[in-house]
Amino acid sequence: MSTIRVRAVASGGKTEVQSLIQHPMDTGLVKNKSTGKPIPAHYIEVLDFEHGGKTVFTALWGPAVSKNPYVKFVFKGGKKGDDLKINWVDNLGKSDSLVTKIR
Amino acid sequence: MSKEINTMNQSPDAPDRARRMILKGAAVCGVAGLGLADLPFLLQQAQAADAKGWPTEAFKQKSEADVLKALYGKSAAASDKIDVDAPEIAENGAVVPIAVSSSLPKVTAMAVLVLNNPNTLAAAYRIPEGTEAMMANRLKMGKTSKVVAVVESDGKLYTASKEVKVTVGGCGG
Repeated sequence: MSTIRVRAVASGGKTEVQSLIQHPMDTGLVKNKSTGKPIPAHYIEVLDFEHGGKTVFTALWGPAVSKNPYVKFVFKGGKKGDDLKINWVDNLGKSDSLVTKIR
Repeated sequence: MSKEINTMNQSPDAPDRARRMILKGAAVCGVAGLGLADLPFLLQQAQAADAKGWPTEAFKQKSEADVLKALYGKSAAASDKIDVDAPEIAENGAVVPIAVSSSLPKVTAMAVLVLNNPNTLAAAYRIPEGTEAMMANRLKMGKTSKVVAVVESDGKLYTASKEVKVTVGGCGG
């Protein structure tokens, strides 16, 4: 299952996008309580949203973004049935992407 | 002569082992992001390459002025055309909802800074033409802090801020 959950709704010539991503967003400053060892930093660095071959929003994140991050934005254009592509890359080089339909 | 060779063979052994241990230790700490500021070259080796376009330097800075310089190469002026929507009191510092919107023209970028966090910059956003000057996200706050919203409008930087009281810190431990 994808780590990306997204809801994109078109209305009045605009599309509102809300997205939740499953990710630990570990800061690297926290110790594992049972072993006492630090939990390595692991966080999303770049999150991109693309519509009609054009990037409509880019998030550049650091470890201070909450676990399972949420983001919301609005772009002009987009209509019901259009594709919206979401892609993220984290500091360990892992990534995920998803294509969803605008509702 | 033979005695000298002997010492050369024996003496490097111990320091070498020590060096290996230091390297091993630094690798663990480097990935964990703990501040071993005196071993920057080891830290760099231990970290994976950052994603393309990610502003590595800006995320390391410890003050508002240094973040703005690293991220945009300029300083900012205060603006009343930026709205920072954040709670006055955050009961859980691990998840603080923060939204920023602005009525400034030609907005191309936004950022949120939490001044009392270990690293000042929390999140930065690129706003292409056609995307509205608003975003909402959720951030971690270690303690009570001023939250600064930065908006780049028509090539100039503007900020607005809000104090958020944190009752339980969000940096774990």
